[in-house]
Amino acid sequence: MKLDFTPEETAFRDEVRSFLKDALPEDLRRKMINRDHLTKEDTVRWQRILNARGWAVTHWPVEYGGQAWTPAQRYIFQEEMALAHAPEGSPFNVNMIGPVLCKFGTPAQKERFLAATANIDIWWCQGFSEPGAGSDLASLKTTAVRATDADGDHYVLNGQKIWTTQAQHADWMFGLFRTDNSGKKQQGITFLLLDMQTPGITVRPIETIDGEHDANEVFFDDVRIPVENVIGEEGRGWDVAKHLLGSERSGIARIGLSKERLSQLRALETRLARDGTLGEEEQRRLAHKLAEVEVELRALELTQLRVVAADAHGGGANAAASILKVKGTEMQQRMTELVTELAGPAGLAMPDHDHAPNDPDDGWVHAAAPFYFTMRKVSIFGGSNEVQKNIIAKTMLGL
Amino acid sequence: MDFDLNDEQKMLQETVTRFVAETYDFQKREHALKTPDGWSREAYAGLAEMGLLALPFAEEDGGFGGGGVEMMIVMEALGRGLMVEPYFATVVLAGGVLRHGASERQRADIVPAIAAGDRILALAHNEQGLPRHTLAARTTASATGDGWTLDGCKIAVLHGQSADTFIVSAMTPEGLSLFLVDAGADGVTVEGKRGYDGVPVATVALAGVNVPNEALIGSTGQGEGILSPVFEEATAALVAEAVGAMAETFDVTVDYLKTRQQFGVAIGSFQALQHRTVEMLMQLELSRSMSILAALSLDIDADQRSRNISAAKAQIGKSGRIIGQEAVQMHGAIGITAEYKVGHAFKRLTAIDALLGDRDWHLARLVEKRGVYSAAA
Repeated sequence: MKLDFTPEETAFRDEVRSFLKDALPEDLRRKMINRDHLTKEDTVRWQRILNARGWAVTHWPVEYGGQAWTPAQRYIFQEEMALAHAPEGSPFNVNMIGPVLCKFGTPAQKERFLAATANIDIWWCQGFSEPGAGSDLASLKTTAVRATDADGDHYVLNGQKIWTTQAQHADWMFGLFRTDNSGKKQQGITFLLLDMQTPGITVRPIETIDGEHDANEVFFDDVRIPVENVIGEEGRGWDVAKHLLGSERSGIARIGLSKERLSQLRALETRLARDGTLGEEEQRRLAHKLAEVEVELRALELTQLRVVAADAHGGGANAAASILKVKGTEMQQRMTELVTELAGPAGLAMPDHDHAPNDPDDGWVHAAAPFYFTMRKVSIFGGSNEVQKNIIAKTMLGL
Repeated sequence: MDFDLNDEQKMLQETVTRFVAETYDFQKREHALKTPDGWSREAYAGLAEMGLLALPFAEEDGGFGGGGVEMMIVMEALGRGLMVEPYFATVVLAGGVLRHGASERQRADIVPAIAAGDRILALAHNEQGLPRHTLAARTTASATGDGWTLDGCKIAVLHGQSADTFIVSAMTPEGLSLFLVDAGADGVTVEGKRGYDGVPVATVALAGVNVPNEALIGSTGQGEGILSPVFEEATAALVAEAVGAMAETFDVTVDYLKTRQQFGVAIGSFQALQHRTVEMLMQLELSRSMSILAALSLDIDADQRSRNISAAKAQIGKSGRIIGQEAVQMHGAIGITAEYKVGHAFKRLTAIDALLGDRDWHLARLVEKRGVYSAAA
């Protein structure tokens, strides 16, 4: 047993660190530090810089532009990105539809979409949740009915998706649609790709509690989608979705993000003690809270590293892996709580990012609470923490 | 980065785990608790036979030179069995003092007897009225010309009533110092008690106890320097023991949830209990990670070592409480009966938190050091 990274891994860390130091535009770095809202252009610009280096879609198969990295390298890369305050790119492109296309796509689909997805020439959104199908995703009802006419074979879509993140920017959607009602609810679901410009699609914004517009409702009214846009087989979309939700785990606990926030908290601790904002008793209590949260973070970090090491020789299900999403999201949320506590009444005023970037020194004060509010979503999306616990109880414990 | 045991370590793990499972079931433990010693000489001889009592000692002293990972393996296995024998008291604590401070002659005199299981040692350090887990003593040692006279009173001496020899911490003009004291020496009074966790504890009074110069371990004033690394190592050992006790508690609880029927179904089918059981699993895995960290930290620079060890002890203080309390709650009334293992594991986990600095003590040390992560990390 040993904890240290190998000399090769350390050299890799230095390589990543030095690339990020040179390549990350200062305005983006500043926005990330201040938790400013990133525009679509911000995300696209950064992903193209990464893509030019070959690092935009590192966990895709090498033949489609990925890197033959070890789990440890993947972990290091993600941690360095977070510590350098680099944005993450589009998760829908990089972590969701990309790997799905690599695994289930036809040669024509790969040819058409993969390179464009890596470079965000196509901006994807995800059409999974519906008003009546959240945690119980398989009960989704939006229908895709097969029809043939003079234009060829089509699916005709009717129904509604909801919580569709960034749908207002999206060029394409990947989603789950019901093509058959006769069997179990997991059967008869089909994974489809659709051009958001297709007639009959309406996108309506949902404002969230952080005052932002990221989420949307998407309505389908006789939307005609060519049949060649099916991923995998008709009726087998549930298997595709399961692959999408369960493939990558070297960074699932997002240790790097939490470490970056911890270093922000430590810097704020020093500054607010110095400028008189925190009294002695408050400093003492804060120091104790930070020690507690660091113990948890260290334990989670080591647990993530155990999974990374196990994945290096085959991996498979293990108890350590199963806890990462739940504890990782709890940790990220805890960090935002602490920053919000530190901001105090000065943080009541909302950020003014429509007009000017946040002030480099005090931007955090106004971004703290909105960030805290929005981060409640991380224990809800991608399978809520309660659903994760159901899965662990069933698969790991046999309850 | 590598979290796998090597072949020798795997063999050690298999051997000790099998020994505990096959020879130290809950009934055997109950029986041992009721003997006058309060522990099983037979089981302890079994540990000696396997060479475990010699494990951490240097090869030139007749030991096996085992390190942090080997100790973690053994303590975790003993923790699974809730073993009350004086392994921690004699081999880890007192043995640690011998390894870090004793002269070659002292080691030659004592280590073989420890390894054979023939001699029980106990560290007499804690005192009433001093801050908990402090490197200080009010017990005094006065020079007599050809030796020392010790006066004071020690509490919570693990296995004190079975000890042949004590290692006593006492103040000299040069500072804290450590002395070997025969249990039978004039002026030594031992009052044994049963610990709530089953481990015997004693109060040891020293009234004008004379010891020769050769009884001094190291030189005068070296007590802190010797005890510091011993306590770090012993804390890592306790963390591993806690992981063993937690793992056993967790397994027993999951089995119970699958077999106990109420309202016509296994109670494990209730989501309220499933989610809490998953939280127990998470606490167990986080603790296991920290036990590994502690075991791998024993040979690193002292500042980072103490951060890692404190983080580990703080983690298992919290996790042990959650797992212990939840296990008892999910068992219902059977969980609070003396005849059932889970309640005893809960008690041992409670005792482990109290020993060598509880969660709050270690968090306070982390605050003093400005956190778990060093400035460089």
